[in-house]
Amino acid sequence: MTQLLELRGLGVRYKGVAAPALEGVDLDLATGERLAIIGESGSGKSTLARAVAGLLPQTATLQGTIAWPGLDRPASNGRDIGFVFQDPASSLDPVMSVGDQVAEVAHANLDLDWRAARRLAVELLDRVKLPEPAALARAYPHQLSGGQKQRVAIAAAIVARPRLLIADEATSALDTIVQAEIVALIRRLVAEDGMALLFVSHDIALAANLADRIAVFRHGRMVEIATTAELISRPKTDYSRALLAAHLGLDAHAEAST
Amino acid sequence: MSLSRLFRTPEAVAGFAILGLLGLMALAAPLLFPGDPLAIAGQPLLRPFQDWALPLGTDRLGRDVLSGLFHGARTSLAVGLAAAAASIFVGSVVGTVAGFAGGFVDEVLMRITDAFQTVPGFLLSLALVSVVGPSLGVVVMAIALSAWTGPARIARAEVLSIRERDYVASARVIGMHPIEIAFREVLPNALPPVLALSSVIVAAAILTEAALSFLGLGDPNHVTWGGMIAEGRAVLRSAPYLSVIPGIALVLAVLGVYLAGEGVVEGTAAREGQA
Amino acid sequence: MSALLEVDGLSKRYRRGGKDFAALDGVSFEIAPGETLALVGPSGSGKSTVARILLRLVVPDAGSIRFNGEELLGLRGGALRARRAKLQMVFQDPLAAFNPRATVAGLIDDPLRIHGIVERAARPRAITALLKRVGLATELAGRRVHEISGGQRQRVAIARALATRPALIVLDEAVSALDVLVRADILSLLAELQRDEGVAYLFISHDLGAVRAIAHRIAIMDGGRIVEQGDAATVIAAPTSATGKALVAATPALPVFPGLPAFKETVS
Repeated sequence: MTQLLELRGLGVRYKGVAAPALEGVDLDLATGERLAIIGESGSGKSTLARAVAGLLPQTATLQGTIAWPGLDRPASNGRDIGFVFQDPASSLDPVMSVGDQVAEVAHANLDLDWRAARRLAVELLDRVKLPEPAALARAYPHQLSGGQKQRVAIAAAIVARPRLLIADEATSALDTIVQAEIVALIRRLVAEDGMALLFVSHDIALAANLADRIAVFRHGRMVEIATTAELISRPKTDYSRALLAAHLGLDAHAEAST
Repeated sequence: MSLSRLFRTPEAVAGFAILGLLGLMALAAPLLFPGDPLAIAGQPLLRPFQDWALPLGTDRLGRDVLSGLFHGARTSLAVGLAAAAASIFVGSVVGTVAGFAGGFVDEVLMRITDAFQTVPGFLLSLALVSVVGPSLGVVVMAIALSAWTGPARIARAEVLSIRERDYVASARVIGMHPIEIAFREVLPNALPPVLALSSVIVAAAILTEAALSFLGLGDPNHVTWGGMIAEGRAVLRSAPYLSVIPGIALVLAVLGVYLAGEGVVEGTAAREGQA
Repeated sequence: MSALLEVDGLSKRYRRGGKDFAALDGVSFEIAPGETLALVGPSGSGKSTVARILLRLVVPDAGSIRFNGEELLGLRGGALRARRAKLQMVFQDPLAAFNPRATVAGLIDDPLRIHGIVERAARPRAITALLKRVGLATELAGRRVHEISGGQRQRVAIARALATRPALIVLDEAVSALDVLVRADILSLLAELQRDEGVAYLFISHDLGAVRAIAHRIAIMDGGRIVEQGDAATVIAAPTSATGKALVAATPALPVFPGLPAFKETVS
């Protein structure tokens, strides 16, 4: 497996905040690998996702390096990285039809004319399992449910066939049933397209069901990284153990499902 | 709010400097010019910089212009601030009650507000002063009468949004009385945008007071800048300084209020941006 | 055991975009003293509408709410405000549910003052006692709500709800927005308060994991109706409704890997 992304000594500071948001993170991501970043609020997990995607605010200062070994140019959002935000209601443009929002990304990154981009957008809306994609492409975000909006956001994120999909708490604002559907969708799309996945979440069980490896973050530092099986069965740090212990699952169900 | 936030832009510094200067003039007037500013101090129509006992000269009746300027600062600032305070107070109470009560009360209060807004404000002030007679208190009331509708509308819009918030629901859940909810939970949080309007209202009040005085409807027992400008009008060609000097003071006062007001709004916005 | 709360046939219709739709359609349930009933369902199922109707923040079109044997829906003004002492609520987002200008002490003082729970002179002591009761340092009393952490805020919200010694607290997604470790702490605090003071909870959530940790009984809602109701362990082990089955299937579980020891640490 070739290396897709290499982070070395990555640190981020926000203006006017004394403590670094992220400090000394060394992390590799292989092509097609699924890595989960978990942690509580203030752990730096979202900052990491935004730093990788180049979405930090202007006032933030970055230390260390973010390298893309397989790429001979700086990675760009849309073409090389697809980013799905927590709240689809604010990441989608309220006055643009959802088809055009997906088509715009294709038009900008794939060198397609608008007709071809719109056709591709309808295909993508179909791939994310939205009903009647041709008609739905003309709808506006407020006409869709939260889960449907997140499907549109995912379609826009993957339309340019990026090598990395970043999902930043992409299911946290959704209810349990819709969350499970979106996780299943992400799992299928990542497998079909051979995309790498950076899945940022506060939910260790959700992450464990999706990722090959899990990195645990706390107070801006990576405290542990291991394969999912290792981390779930033999956590090395007290903090990971505490997170596992605090997980509230349905025991009977967990045993039945394996 | 810390002072450094207030002084973050040069405009704000200039605004506060001008206001500070005018404030000092107003406070120092009775000390520097203990006599009656309306009393005759020397020969009439003395030009500025001729006699250092009367540096800015005298008017047609021989009254000291500099003394008038200082005492005028008192009147202008006092009337401006009092009128603005009165209109913001009346406006926010009316707006809060309308927005919080809703229904019939809201309809009635807002139609009254409409009625006041459709009549030109200055005409309203003019009418009141000419009916009741010119005194400082009446002038303040007259100005407030024309200026309370803006704060009322803004307060109502703000209250309509705040009353749907969870902390208002939470206050109802613990059994707080609606009047207490309106004035303790809702009104204080609705005030910031209303207060942002206050610099505009103070500036407008200073100008309205000047205009009333210019038309001879100011309090005759107090020197005002508007009155001084009106006084100089008759000799505008031969002694323009009599109108120009209080005119400059008026412009500076309004400018200072605007700039300082902007500074406060920016400072507050910066604080909220950081939170 | 006679019921503390009897809800019967609650219905509420809203107009949205010219269309009339039923937010609640004949919802009935009971809660016994000291019991926790969880109201679980997907978003839009009507569970938060139930909370807002119980707290008289929304008026239903039909139905009855009997609390301690007394009908609440006809009450108005002072009579209603007096009854509120015994029926309290904790909101999902404490930052939104607190007056941004208030201090911690002021928030807890409000219910004490309004309902005359303790003498004026004894109120500072009562506030201190309540802070201790929910596991907060008394130094926090003078802080403003944006100066304390999310978990501390939710403890303040619980203290404010407890101040009037209620018989029932409605917890509307009260732990959903909290970090995992904080959520576990708040859930055990709630359980401890129930054990010591016998308060009943209506625990509204979309998260069956949290529900399993605290509820005695579960009512599953979908489309404004209760589609399944029963003992918590039974509903989770063998849901009968389609929504119940979907919720159980969708709740994330830690995977167990063959050949590796399963992680075992019991939550105390």
